[in-house]
Amino acid sequence: MDKNMYAIEVERLTKIYGKGETAVTAIADATLQVKPGELVAILGPSGSGKTTLLTCIGLINEPTHGTVVIDGTTVADEGWKSGIDLKRMRREKLGFIFQAHNLIPFLTAQENVMIALEINNMTKNEAKSRATELLTSLNLGHRLGNYPSALSGGEAQRVAIARALANKPRVILADEPTAALDTENGKNVMALLKKLAVENYSAILVVTHDHRMVEGFDRIFQVNDGRITDEKSNLEVGASHERG
Amino acid sequence: MNLAIRDIRYHRGRFILTSIGLGLLLGVVISMGGIYRGLIADALAILHANKADIWVVQQNTNGPFAESSRIPEDIKYRIRAVPGVAEASPLSFQTIQIERHGKPFRFFLIGYEMSGFGGPPEIVAGRGIRQKHYEMVAARAMGMQIGEKIHLGLHDYTIVGLTGKIVSSSGDPVAYVSLVDAQDIQFKKDNDAIRNDRERIGANLANIQTLSPAQGKYLQQNISAITESTHTVNTIVVRLAPGANLHDVQERISRWNHFKPISDAEQTAILAKGMIEKARMQLGLFRVILLVISAVIISLIIYTSTLDKIKVIATLKLIGSQNRVIIGMILQQSLLMGFIAYFIGYGLILLTYEKFPRRIVLEAFDMQILFVIVMVICVISSFVGIRKALKVEPGEALGG
Ligand SMILES: Nc1ncnc2c1ncn2[C@@H]1O[C@H](COP(=O)(O)OP(=O)(O)OP(=O)(O)O)[C@@H](O)[C@H]1O
Ligand SMILES: [Mg+2]
Repeated sequence: MDKNMYAIEVERLTKIYGKGETAVTAIADATLQVKPGELVAILGPSGSGKTTLLTCIGLINEPTHGTVVIDGTTVADEGWKSGIDLKRMRREKLGFIFQAHNLIPFLTAQENVMIALEINNMTKNEAKSRATELLTSLNLGHRLGNYPSALSGGEAQRVAIARALANKPRVILADEPTAALDTENGKNVMALLKKLAVENYSAILVVTHDHRMVEGFDRIFQVNDGRITDEKSNLEVGASHERG
Repeated sequence: MNLAIRDIRYHRGRFILTSIGLGLLLGVVISMGGIYRGLIADALAILHANKADIWVVQQNTNGPFAESSRIPEDIKYRIRAVPGVAEASPLSFQTIQIERHGKPFRFFLIGYEMSGFGGPPEIVAGRGIRQKHYEMVAARAMGMQIGEKIHLGLHDYTIVGLTGKIVSSSGDPVAYVSLVDAQDIQFKKDNDAIRNDRERIGANLANIQTLSPAQGKYLQQNISAITESTHTVNTIVVRLAPGANLHDVQERISRWNHFKPISDAEQTAILAKGMIEKARMQLGLFRVILLVISAVIISLIIYTSTLDKIKVIATLKLIGSQNRVIIGMILQQSLLMGFIAYFIGYGLILLTYEKFPRRIVLEAFDMQILFVIVMVICVISSFVGIRKALKVEPGEALGG
């Protein structure tokens, strides 16, 4: 039970790109934990290593050192742990949301959500009704048959969120999910994530460089030059923002 | 959900165009196979129409089609006397090229004995030849009307009937006349030449002092008759009586000097293997080249469409898709393209093959084999795309 207290546990995670003279330490000695139901932000300037941290947690970027534990399963310990089916972990435990919505252009909004369900062995009919339900709950009930090219930025991002949520993942990872949106749409998306964290009891980790977007987050990690330099509660950020 | 079909549905214009292009290419491949089969069918058309068991030709030749053969017509009587022979009928063959409506007009003329066999296989319009002289039955492909006259040799011949599709081994349409007419057309000299020949013979005989004028006259008549004789044919076709042994009959005829009995099977081999072997190799080579080109084109199309989909593939990997989902998408597209192109090509040839100048014969077996080959090519061609797709990192989905 104790082990499963955290949805994400990262310890002394280091990622070094390249070797020898050209080696770049993108993230160094990062340690963080996120509980289910928590909405957590990673804030930092460009090139500070935010995406690297997120992709290491998202099992698409092999950590050089340190451990990553997702939902009680150790997936990395000085590199990938052998015997772990990363793809399966990704489709069962993780949901991804990215800056560019990353929808599949030749699938409709509904099909983009369905594909995530179908690769996780859901039947077509079940997938269809779940996708419809999800999209409707995100106010996209009238956009089911639209291709991504016919959706607005905010709509596309909500479809991407629906896809990330499709398999009820324990962990949702979002990299600059609001970067392509205007302030209002961005705030709506963040509010939606907040709601989902609570309702679905998922751990949501959001990377952003925009202070204004982290209102209502439970915790905020500040990253600078590959290191986590600060950890604050939302109130503190709000306060510092007001002061700044 | 079938990703291959969704992608195609979304990019249908591009997919249809490439399939049509590939379809045209496969159409050419199919037509070449059809032309080859057509060559065989043409080569054997006369053989099949005659249904002869044995072709008696000049010794040491593979006549009458592959090589020229000349034998005296009268040998038919001797052949008819061979035990086991039911019918023996002389045939004369010649290729004729004249001018008609200002254009070269080429056909193959068969002379047959009206009481024998080897004449028109069927009459589709008009009637068969009834008179011994100046009537002709033409293949429909010659485009002649019933009642039309055509001048050959020294006389005019009238078309009295049309026969169906029958061509010579080189693909020329066939016309039929009576054997005597055919011999006239082939051998008969014009009147001046005959007169000159007779004068010359008469003058030569007059120089022989020991001949009395009566003897000279008698000799001149006989010599003229022999030199003017046109009783030569190219082959005598033989049908055996039921139960007769082909080998025995052949044996017997080949024991005589000067003649060679070729069985129907041997004649088929001479025509199908010998005469069109080069054409077969040529067409085969073209087909292989075109199939290789198709393979290269399919590979390129699949590879570029995979490159177009790198981000999609990365996204699929990111959300945890199994490799089979991605391989399936690429492979199915490739197969579907080959499948559609095959049927476009097939349909195209089905619609147009009758308008080809040479006969196209589409055999089910050939078509099945080609289908399998096209599918195999599609599978192999998609390997390059699949290789590329499997190397895509899920992280590539992240870039903006
Ligand atoms: N694949 C890679 N190979 C080599 N170096 C890389 C690679 N990816 C990132 N880096 C380097 O690692 C460092 C951290 O990059 P990262 O993308 O994590 O930053 P970020 O905080 O997400 O920046 P941004 O806000 O611009 O997205 C940068 O110096 C970057 O150049
Ligand atoms: Mg980044």
